[in-house]
Amino acid sequence: MTESPAPETSQPMVRFERVTKRYGSLVVLDELDLDIARNEKVAIIGPSGSGKTTVLRMLMTLEKIDGGVIHVDGEPLTHMERNGQLVRANESHLRRMRGKIGMVFQHFNLFPHMTSLGNCIEAPMRVLGLSRREAEDRARELLEMVGLRDKMGHYPSQMSGGQQQRVAIARALAMRPKVMLFDEVTSALDPELVGEVLNVIRRLGEEHDLTMLMVTHQMGFAREFADRVCFFYEGKIAEQGAPAELLGNPKEERTRQFLSAVLEAS
Amino acid sequence: MFWDWNYAIEILPILARASIVTIQATLLGFVLAAVLGLVFAVLRMSRARWVSLPVAALVEFVRSTPLLIQIFFIFFVLPEFGITIGALTAGILALGLHYATYCSEVYRAGLENIPRGQWEASLALNLSPYHTFRDIIIPQAIPPIVPALGNYLVALFKETPLLSAIAVLELMQTAKILGSESFRYTEPITLVGLFFLVFSLAAAWLIRRVEARLSLSKV
Repeated sequence: MTESPAPETSQPMVRFERVTKRYGSLVVLDELDLDIARNEKVAIIGPSGSGKTTVLRMLMTLEKIDGGVIHVDGEPLTHMERNGQLVRANESHLRRMRGKIGMVFQHFNLFPHMTSLGNCIEAPMRVLGLSRREAEDRARELLEMVGLRDKMGHYPSQMSGGQQQRVAIARALAMRPKVMLFDEVTSALDPELVGEVLNVIRRLGEEHDLTMLMVTHQMGFAREFADRVCFFYEGKIAEQGAPAELLGNPKEERTRQFLSAVLEAS
Repeated sequence: MFWDWNYAIEILPILARASIVTIQATLLGFVLAAVLGLVFAVLRMSRARWVSLPVAALVEFVRSTPLLIQIFFIFFVLPEFGITIGALTAGILALGLHYATYCSEVYRAGLENIPRGQWEASLALNLSPYHTFRDIIIPQAIPPIVPALGNYLVALFKETPLLSAIAVLELMQTAKILGSESFRYTEPITLVGLFFLVFSLAAAWLIRRVEARLSLSKV
């Protein structure tokens, strides 16, 4: 990729630079290089254990990095500059950078003791310092966008999985992130509820300036929604490209095998 | 006569007054135990070992030594270091500290039962550790452990007679004084036992109410 001292907008939104992650002797990510442009929608696919979820978890700072640097929005995320050198990020740097990133989890992870409105105003009030009124206005707007206007006072246990996941999306958006991470967000849902969540994500991509990374097994959705699909295999990107190309006409044997296995299962 | 009703009725108001001291020691001691126990539990979870290890050591030490010794230590030994505290205060401190270590184990179990996803969602939303504990973790950790904490409230209550060892005028000490004055121990000691029975039952009932309330509000 050509690097020029360009205006900020041409910088990638997310850049993985030789990022390595190990669990003991197991190498989960092996010197990964990956650039994601502003507003790009990237789908990450691959067999389990290929490191695809780790990519998201490291971006969210849920996992420590063992080698390399991750940059977000033109700044190092995992590190910070001190006296012209990159040193490991401290907590205050991490907190500032984390604000640029939002994440939606496979198992929703809603706060069960709060209503959907409560879930969506907690962090805006405590972290962004919004007043309750401002936070509630913002939360109402977002819950309406995900089609849950009538569920604002409901607790997670009173809602279906699809509804809970939509609350989780609204909750993450309430922090106004620049990058949204979706970690197998439909995998824990009953089949008939998958569509409503994907529809919300689709609209999000159309109506908002958001960089989106999603780990998914929904090949149909990836093909239609993503700008690029990355196929992970054993901690590396084995193949990547435009969805129609990669999913329709994969070049690598491993990609072909994986895709046919997924197709058979569905 | 084995049981003297007149004497029993005569000493009843005196014992009732003493029971206020017992209840005071119980409630204040338990508030201290509940707060300090939570502090111990949270500090013990700290990733900084210079925090978690000393706290763990303190908890184990206090839990493994008799309460009576701790009461004596606070009341008789601390003054040697220039810290002089009244008998009732010393007793409340000892009860609170001792039961804080038990409560901290209960809290720890409650905190460890919170799914990892709750911590991860809190981090992803950039909540500070303080807000994560205060708003997300603790409100979910407490309701399931209310019965266990309640048991310690009753246990602490039943150990307040130990305070008679440092002459706190609680129920037991008062009964002993009454007995030594009249040479009748049957009525005072029996009545003290009844007081404890009644209060224990009342406390158990109250805890069940709180439990029911909590499980209701959780939907």
